[in-house]
Amino acid sequence: MAEIKKPKLAVWKFASCDGCQLSLLDCEDELLAVAESVQIANFPEASREIIKGPYDISLVEGSITTPHDAERIHRIRRQSRLLITIGACATAGGIQALRNFTSVDSYVTTVYATPAYISTLKKSTPISEHVPVDFELRGCPVNKYQLLEVINAYLNGRRPNTPPHSVCMECKSKGLVCVAVAQKTVCMGPLTHAGCGALCPEYNRGCFGCYGPKETPNTASLAAWWREHGEKNTDIMRSFRGFNAYAEPFRKESEAHENI
Amino acid sequence: MNKKSKPSAYTLPASQLQKIIDLLHEQGYTVIGPQRQDNAIIYDEITSTDALPAGWTDVQEGGTYQLQRRDDDAWFGYAVGPHSWKQFLFPAKKKLFTIERETFRAQAEPADKTRYAFLGVRSCELHAIAIQDKVFRDGPYADPAYSRLRNNAFFIAVNCTEPAATCFCSSMNTGPGAESGYDLLLTELIDSGQHEFLISSASAKGRALLGKMELPEATPAARERGQELLARAADKMHRRMDAEKARKLLLANPEHPHWQELGARCLSCANCTMVCPTCFCSTVEDVTSLTGDTAERWRRWDSCFTMGHSYIHGGHIRSSGAARYRQWLTHKLATWVDQFGVSGCVGCGRCITWCPVAIDVTEEITKFEPVTQETAA
Ligand code: SF4
Ligand code: SF4
Ligand code: SF4
Repeated sequence: MAEIKKPKLAVWKFASCDGCQLSLLDCEDELLAVAESVQIANFPEASREIIKGPYDISLVEGSITTPHDAERIHRIRRQSRLLITIGACATAGGIQALRNFTSVDSYVTTVYATPAYISTLKKSTPISEHVPVDFELRGCPVNKYQLLEVINAYLNGRRPNTPPHSVCMECKSKGLVCVAVAQKTVCMGPLTHAGCGALCPEYNRGCFGCYGPKETPNTASLAAWWREHGEKNTDIMRSFRGFNAYAEPFRKESEAHENI
Repeated sequence: MNKKSKPSAYTLPASQLQKIIDLLHEQGYTVIGPQRQDNAIIYDEITSTDALPAGWTDVQEGGTYQLQRRDDDAWFGYAVGPHSWKQFLFPAKKKLFTIERETFRAQAEPADKTRYAFLGVRSCELHAIAIQDKVFRDGPYADPAYSRLRNNAFFIAVNCTEPAATCFCSSMNTGPGAESGYDLLLTELIDSGQHEFLISSASAKGRALLGKMELPEATPAARERGQELLARAADKMHRRMDAEKARKLLLANPEHPHWQELGARCLSCANCTMVCPTCFCSTVEDVTSLTGDTAERWRRWDSCFTMGHSYIHGGHIRSSGAARYRQWLTHKLATWVDQFGVSGCVGCGRCITWCPVAIDVTEEITKFEPVTQETAA
């Protein structure tokens, strides 16, 4: 197999914290195997070397927040056979999409000494609003095993095993005790896409919804249940305004609890 | 297999239960029993009676479960928790085989030779295991891994004297007293100032173990007390299910408007199916090594509440929440009977307690009552 041309893999960064790319570096042992199976053509967190495109697989981290990035993603798309977004920013706009619910100018004037230097878009948007995306990997940050699974699946021409069901299924499969039922904790697990392995419930906390909406999320029903059990509308709104605030089902539910 | 005559009961002082655990260990069993962990009573490996949830009970209602101190120090004074024995006999995730590209030969996973002794199995749970036996062991597509674990297991049942508010086994004829399917059966007696158990056996394995204990025969008074406790437990159960009626209602009302209401409430989170001791659905996932030289097939729990469960080429058959809830309830309480000759529900109440929005099967089934065949037609 050795002399067969290895697929070229590139990692691209947009508005993000680098956490998802770091998940790839965090693979350590497995990273060597990945490096043997692919040619790492662009991965600024790991190496300064940049190999020219086109690329077989582009992993895109981060959301689109500037006019320049809105351009750049098109160039990357043109050079990539497969474009895979990694993480909540690239898939749903990220935590920075909180600006979408207010005026970004107010943030800019509060945060920056010289607002005039800042050129930014009014909204933080997912990659899929700009170019076609072949696969979206969820999470804030992504789970490194899922990231490996996605790369592995594409190398082997199969579908990745990243089921879109609830976090509850992972929670129960691990034999964890439900914090919502046993401790009356607000938990986003029943609405949230699996992938983290029920990390928060495992540490006795409610799920924060880092992986975004699961398939067919019934946000209204759970929000109504919380409401009946004494949660305030502002708190319910905030539960949906996390890393995936701009993912449509979460966005709509948060808006339903705004200013009431 | 078992003698028809009623097995005679003996008295086991609480201090002697440890000896049973020790004897089981000597015979190579891994003993699994109840213990308090993370605000619940769960099932895990146990080596000493010290680990039992002495003095704790569970207070349950739709969507809520709380542990509470009891007035006494009973070891089995609770009902059922989030775990069930299913997770040992039919694990949530299991590798089935490995296959190599070179030879294209599948290598089955070596059999799990664990011999489990389950301590504290409730009557409803024995019924649930009997139901899974029909699916995994006695049917045309037997699962060798399940069959082996199950046939090797030793069951120490405990009669329920403290049902939860969510229990409805008495109306399903699956409890609160265990009648068969166990090796040893305990009834905890603590309110007489002494802490002891009535103990009897219903299998050769159970009798052999009891034979090593040299226990006194139970007094008629103690037996009577055991019967009283069971009768009191049955009386305490307020939730009910009329299984035959439920089946008729469901089969007659596939288009009832109440399904839409249920669809609006249900989260499709699948918690009910995960905790249900009879639910048996699984799916398989294939994984490869990075180089593609080897592949593995894994089985994991699935649920009729996932979209993938009803996906066939071209789309999902049950894409609405209402359709998925209807599938679960109708299968569990109606078509299961046609398929396996029994209801798929044993009345354990887990799906009621562990539903994050408290959907209660015993209550929902009554919503189909006003519109029956005559009025719907
Ligand atoms: S703790 Fe959260 S994720 Fe786990 S079962 Fe309960 S609601 Fe679902
Ligand atoms: S359907 Fe609910 S009550 Fe019936 S056996 Fe399953 S979990 Fe228990
Ligand atoms: S009935 Fe309850 S536990 Fe079951 S899928 Fe619906 S919301 Fe989840």
